[in-house]
Amino acid sequence: MLALACFVELQRCARRQTKPAICTPLWRSRRMSSSPGLHFKTYCMLLIMVIFAPLGNVMLGKGMKSVGSAVSWAPSELPHIISLVLKSGFVWLGVASLLTFFVAYMLILSWADFSYVQPASSIALLVVALLGYFYLGERISPLHWAGIVVICLGVFVVGNTPPRTTEVR
Amino acid sequence: MREALLLFFVVVSGTGGEICVTRAMKRVGEVTDFRPLAVARVILRALKVPWMWIGVGMMALAFFSLLAVLSIENVSFVVPVTALNYAAGALGGKFFLGERVTPRRWAGVLIVCVGVTLVWLGKR
Repeated sequence: MLALACFVELQRCARRQTKPAICTPLWRSRRMSSSPGLHFKTYCMLLIMVIFAPLGNVMLGKGMKSVGSAVSWAPSELPHIISLVLKSGFVWLGVASLLTFFVAYMLILSWADFSYVQPASSIALLVVALLGYFYLGERISPLHWAGIVVICLGVFVVGNTPPRTTEVR
Repeated sequence: MREALLLFFVVVSGTGGEICVTRAMKRVGEVTDFRPLAVARVILRALKVPWMWIGVGMMALAFFSLLAVLSIENVSFVVPVTALNYAAGALGGKFFLGERVTPRRWAGVLIVCVGVTLVWLGKR
């Protein structure tokens, strides 16, 4: 899991290095407009990302709630807690979902612009809240909802800025 | 209080890890060949840079902190708050990597912070 996360990070950093024109939005690139199949592929990958990242977090949350809330986090308890975590099916499902997300993320970054892909994570935040509300039955106050929407807006604004500002040495 | 400390680790350690990995990869140099064998060679080279190991350690700490905080708090609270990564990333990018952060990006970061404050207040 960790190795894959690092691999994704490697790919991402490598990507930032190699593509100075990364800030051109995808829909304006000539490559995209010439190939309708690529559009379909991109939307499929975005859909997978937006579904599996929140699903992974929700599964981890569900698994960890059943593991940790009943016990204290004293250092002597840690081995016991770790064995409970490793035995939790939901935690493994969550890790599998996150792996699926990472693979889709890696694949999409091999052809799409980072600045096009990143705002998708703002939608993922909203999906997490919806899953938490409907699937896990979490109580979310109106102020909490407002905060989530504002965060999504902020992430969208951040994501729409050029991801590369330094010179390649 | 405990959840605030854990969330601090999730955000700061996660972003710190990404910054260290970025730094390591900048030292490794530009990657132009994406064939599996070449990528494997790049990874081997990256593993020789100490920054990479610091980065991996911090990312691991962030992941386990996330698991810990998820055992106490709701997912719909934890995940939106981790969007503070963007704020930490902008600060870290500016001060540790010398990136130029555009005003629009700062504006986005500010909006994220306002949102996190609302979520935090809404939880009470």
